[in-house]
Amino acid sequence: MKPKKSQVTRRNFVKGTSLAAGGILLTPSLLTASPVFNKTKKLKLAVVGCGGRGTGAVSQALRADENVELVAMADAFSDRLEKAHSNLSKMFQTGKLKVKPSHKFVGFGSYKKAIDAADVVILTTPPGFRPQHFEYAVSQGKHVFMEKPLATDVAGIKKVLEAAKVAKAKKLNVVVGLQRHYQANYMETYNRIQKGDIGQIVSGQVYWNGAGVWVNPREASQTEMEYQMRNWYYFNWICGDHILEQHIHNIDVANWFIGGHPIKASGTGGREVRKGKDHGHIFDHHVVEFEYENGIIISSQCRHQPGTKTRVDESFQGTLGTAYTDGGGSARLKKYDGTSIYTHDNENDINPYQQEHNLLFKSIRNGEVISDAENGAISTMTAILGRMATYSGKEITWDEAMALEHKLVPDEDTLTFDSVPPITPDVNGNYPIPVPGKTKFI
Amino acid sequence: MKSTLNFTLTFLGIIHIGTIYAQEFEDYSETLKDDQITIEMVAVKGGTFVMGANDTTRKADEKPSHDVEIDDFWMGKHEITWEQYDAFVFGEFGPEQFKSKETLNDLGIDAVSGATPPYVDMSFNMGKATHPAVNMTQYAALMYCKWLTSKTGVFYRLPTEAEWEYVCKKGKTDEDSNLKNVAWFKENTNDKYEKVGLKTANSLGIHDLLGNVSEWVMDQYDADYYSASPKKNPWNTPSELYPRVVRGGSWKDTKDKLCCTARGQSKQKWKRRDPQIPKSNWWHTNAPFVGFRVVRPKIQPSKEDIKTYWLTAIEDYGLN
Repeated sequence: MKPKKSQVTRRNFVKGTSLAAGGILLTPSLLTASPVFNKTKKLKLAVVGCGGRGTGAVSQALRADENVELVAMADAFSDRLEKAHSNLSKMFQTGKLKVKPSHKFVGFGSYKKAIDAADVVILTTPPGFRPQHFEYAVSQGKHVFMEKPLATDVAGIKKVLEAAKVAKAKKLNVVVGLQRHYQANYMETYNRIQKGDIGQIVSGQVYWNGAGVWVNPREASQTEMEYQMRNWYYFNWICGDHILEQHIHNIDVANWFIGGHPIKASGTGGREVRKGKDHGHIFDHHVVEFEYENGIIISSQCRHQPGTKTRVDESFQGTLGTAYTDGGGSARLKKYDGTSIYTHDNENDINPYQQEHNLLFKSIRNGEVISDAENGAISTMTAILGRMATYSGKEITWDEAMALEHKLVPDEDTLTFDSVPPITPDVNGNYPIPVPGKTKFI
Repeated sequence: MKSTLNFTLTFLGIIHIGTIYAQEFEDYSETLKDDQITIEMVAVKGGTFVMGANDTTRKADEKPSHDVEIDDFWMGKHEITWEQYDAFVFGEFGPEQFKSKETLNDLGIDAVSGATPPYVDMSFNMGKATHPAVNMTQYAALMYCKWLTSKTGVFYRLPTEAEWEYVCKKGKTDEDSNLKNVAWFKENTNDKYEKVGLKTANSLGIHDLLGNVSEWVMDQYDADYYSASPKKNPWNTPSELYPRVVRGGSWKDTKDKLCCTARGQSKQKWKRRDPQIPKSNWWHTNAPFVGFRVVRPKIQPSKEDIKTYWLTAIEDYGLN
């Protein structure tokens, strides 16, 4: 029996640009070509958010195209910006690095000047600021590479979805750093699931169980705002908790393979191990059950607890067989009698982080359009829905969550390092922690 | 089979100096009680051997074969396991965790730093606990040795390439008529590494030297090094980040790749999934087939000599 092309009705969900296994871009035929930058036109690049990932993304963009040059940088902190510039200087000749001292923009609101100076922008700040940066970049007619997640709250999601429509209308390319979409083992698995190799998906399990990430302890000279910005992982308005900041990758794979987003979520979570003063107010574990239309259930687990079993991968059960994928480049599809349907050999796979930029610049040059923002927003929202479920201990539907006035992030243009952040510690330096059963969203 | 005398030393804080064992050059176990780990060490008597290979079937970088003289040392009976490695990765690094400042000074150590915890699962779901630790950089493996040195007051480091090959040949590791008795490799594994010590040891009592996981040694890889290397305790001190030498082959390699003379080399692409710049000093993202074991010279070198072994990290800006 041939499965239907899509297993789920795509409510509010349009499939992003599909990539054939060979990395060939299929331009949606409803779009006419955007202006072609001929091969020799210099493309000006700007980066907003100069951490390790931002620096990595710049280096990939500069390698993706011969005639691209970095002309502007922005960051909340000058030391981060200068460190990134110095690292890039060690990697690239001056022909690619053309950032004048006057084009190094520092502080809140610095994103605007950097975006203004470029044709293509890289948005790699912590996710809380992404909606505002993306909205502005699109309003100024820029092509965009932006990292996941795309927001930390529902208000941000709505902003991104609106801007995504404008970007499409303006034929701007938008690539999102959910790089599994650009990784051969995942692309091949997706194509095979579409073909019906494992039948209809009925369930799955997705994981990001690890030891956790860096901590930047408080320094005496810091204002509360500077401390939170430096130690951003532990504050929801900036980071969104690890279920969003990391685990979005695996949740996104579930949406992608199933072909839609969940209709509701319920779950449990808390702070069991990581609960010091420098750990803000995020949880260290979340377990969520996402229910999709047609009763498909995805179990999601993420954990930041040193010494526990680590695991970052995805498994799906179909009516005819199973699929296993992981970020390391594995893909194994099997029938229920154990026989192999497909095993992926990743020996010569291209680095997905580089491929994102190769395709972005190729698309810009050829006057084509990649539109990843909507899918990125839906996957971001799926993780936020999971977070609402674990914080509240309640079952929450997609529609209920999307109807909320859920806004964690202030307007960046009003902020200074003396501003009071949206969340503040009590006299003992502790932040209010969500309490399942008491914390309310609906 | 040589029967080995197991001799356990407890470090009571009065026995620090390597030379004290001059009369008692025996196998022993290094136990870190606070970290709940034990590392078994095998005494390897030094000597002169022919390093490399001259026969026409071997690769050019294994030539010319040449005489090398090796001093006495101890070598880890097993590859360092995840439980032994995680004790370092997730360890406490306050001064109370280590020997006195004076002792550290004698070991050429002014500070010990710990690896950053990995973001992803570095075991690739192949097993933790007593499976071999993998995916660490050579620098991280060496810093593990420094950590172990700071905890015990005894100088541990990675083997040199020459020491590794000496043990492999002296222990007749690749002379077993049936390699599957002593090693895990592509044809007899299920696309993964296995717990350490399941296969028969070589004649010196050392397990998994060939196969299971490739092992970091201390050297820079240079295909021509053998034509100019010193005779006594050669060590091609690294000055570049890539390539550095790994030995022994792994679960990913076909049987023909596993032999005492074959030289592996590290590659930039072992970090291809590290999205940050600079890339991690501590972790590879794509080397789940590389681990390490530790050695300890019988005669502890001078402070100045030890210092030359504590290599500094070279920042990795990634070229692919």
